[in-house]
Amino acid sequence: METLNTYRGGPDESGRYGIFGGRFVAETLMPLLLELERAYDEAMSDPAFTAEFDRQLTQYAGRPSPLTFARRLTEHLGGARVYFKREDLNHTGAHKINNCLGQALLAQRMGKRRVIAETGAGQHGVATATVCALFDIPCTVYMGAVDIERQAPNVFRMKMLGAEVRPVTSGSATLKDAMNEALRDWVASVETTYYLIGSVAGPHPYPAMVRDFQEVIGNEVRQQMNEIEGRLPDTLVACVGGGSNAMGLFHPFLDEADVRIIGVEAAGHGIETGEHAATLTQGRPGVLHGARSYLLQDADGQVIEAHSISAGLDYPGVGPEHSWLKDAGRVEYVSVTDDEALEAFQLCTRLEGIIPALESAHAVAHVIRMAGGLKSDNLLVLCMSGRGDKDLDTVAGRLGMSL
Amino acid sequence: MSPGTRIERRFQALKREGRGGLVTFITAGDPDFDTCREILLGLPAAGADFIELGMPFSDPMADGPTIQASSQRALRHGATLGRTLELVEEFRRMDAETPIILMGYYNPIYIFGVAAFLARAKAVGVDGLIIVDLPPEEEVELCLPAREAGISFIFLAAPTTGEERLKRVLEGASGFVYYVSVTGITGTKSAAADEVAVAVDRLRRHTDLPIAVGFGIKTPDQAAAVARVADAAVVGSALVETVVQNLDGTGAARPGLAAAAHAFVGDLADGVRRARNERSGQ
Repeated sequence: METLNTYRGGPDESGRYGIFGGRFVAETLMPLLLELERAYDEAMSDPAFTAEFDRQLTQYAGRPSPLTFARRLTEHLGGARVYFKREDLNHTGAHKINNCLGQALLAQRMGKRRVIAETGAGQHGVATATVCALFDIPCTVYMGAVDIERQAPNVFRMKMLGAEVRPVTSGSATLKDAMNEALRDWVASVETTYYLIGSVAGPHPYPAMVRDFQEVIGNEVRQQMNEIEGRLPDTLVACVGGGSNAMGLFHPFLDEADVRIIGVEAAGHGIETGEHAATLTQGRPGVLHGARSYLLQDADGQVIEAHSISAGLDYPGVGPEHSWLKDAGRVEYVSVTDDEALEAFQLCTRLEGIIPALESAHAVAHVIRMAGGLKSDNLLVLCMSGRGDKDLDTVAGRLGMSL
Repeated sequence: MSPGTRIERRFQALKREGRGGLVTFITAGDPDFDTCREILLGLPAAGADFIELGMPFSDPMADGPTIQASSQRALRHGATLGRTLELVEEFRRMDAETPIILMGYYNPIYIFGVAAFLARAKAVGVDGLIIVDLPPEEEVELCLPAREAGISFIFLAAPTTGEERLKRVLEGASGFVYYVSVTGITGTKSAAADEVAVAVDRLRRHTDLPIAVGFGIKTPDQAAAVARVADAAVVGSALVETVVQNLDGTGAARPGLAAAAHAFVGDLADGVRRARNERSGQ
């Protein structure tokens, strides 16, 4: 395999990471994507913009988020020293707020008068509705009808925040269909509307932009681990749906050859059942939602519906940079079933007093699997991407309890 | 047979007749393979000058509810890209001159394999491609190989496409230019006739290629209005709607579905032909 000088150089000018990424969109959207790219580049080289972003992250989102040593989990597993990067403690309860603050500031700067978003678990929808309340921008969130069912508290939150939640019933009525519907809205409203994509997915420049706004996660980990342990971490683990919390954690460490990096996908009912969301481990390259990336699809190139207990991972695609990192061999991708995630959800809650989001519980499950095999001086950082309050209904249902 | 492509010959013939053309869109395999073949084979006789055949895709992000549902019906009945090409092959056996343009999204072609797809498409008699999610920025994917293979790659121009960008879009265009007359998805809003005229004028300043106008053309009168100013009017969702109206409670085709579709195409063709006199009288 070719050795690269850097894994942090992408994307190229056409928005590619190797063969992945690009701008596979209708002509109606192309002029706006070009405008967005220009506006984003200008904003990031404007010290006033980045200062305002930093100020919002600190004063509104509550950053930096702590790096917590998970003492009891570490003792229980008997291997690596496990740390949690506490994105669950951000305002709105997940890492999503980082990206939403960045993009909302950009939308304002571009003079857009309306924001639309797609959401799976509702975390990105809540974060978008939140920043739209903060900046007084009308907001419409597209959400699959199935997800509305299993994420009722987040739906109510969005409504309280003043957002309109539009149920999507087409296709599998989950995240991919919500994204289709948001793109359809955008095609019809592109001159006034800003599409606030919630993951490192979609056409260029979104994957790069969302990554940059989430990179604060990894940058903080680098500094915090240095303060606590006096060196870099050895192992990074994060869950991957679209993959934004993972990219945010991983990106600052990609060129640290000694740091082992692992992304955890959802294996749903089990890889062998065909009902899963393990895009990188089971899919193959295809084009959906504006980018080439690994994709769950049939032999005719039709997209297959994903399955995961976690609405945030229930997506048949994945961010293009993850696809590239997989093929480049820099990041390992593994998968965890619904049942394993549920076990991890309970264990983490009991041992650490931290209720993880079901998404993050997938990362916890993999740490449970692997940490015992690592040496006791191995510093492992798990991205606790969100808190699990939103999932209590789902978990109770699966455990045969009622709230 | 005069030289040039089937698309060029058809536009030349229309010019001689002094009228605009009618482009009809149906989704391949909708509502099922046999009914679709019956509709398809009868389209030229009903008055279609060009045929756009939709390649079904699970996630048609630029399409409205009507064409989304037609893709779903076709896929439920086993539609694949290979079957779509079979339909073209059957059509070509009985009609050597009506241009067929395949329209859809890139992924099924990418998975089929670009080279294999182009070879097969050329062999069965496909004349052009309209791939919604391949803008000029992605021309290396399929546009350039298609041109190499002798298949026209038709670019879309939209109301959001500014002057500078229009030059870029038209640079790589062949066959004709497809003007998306509304900022939106298929089959929803309709553009005002005067707006279309202004837009077509703008395009004509940049290109000698024929200009087809689509999105939101639903009635014979609207088709006529567009055919007065553009070289062709595209009717998609409204024709697919006649399929929907002729399904029974289980979603199966009722007898007479194809005849109903042909009757609607006949009305559209009458409208477009009515517009001829006004056009040649200019």
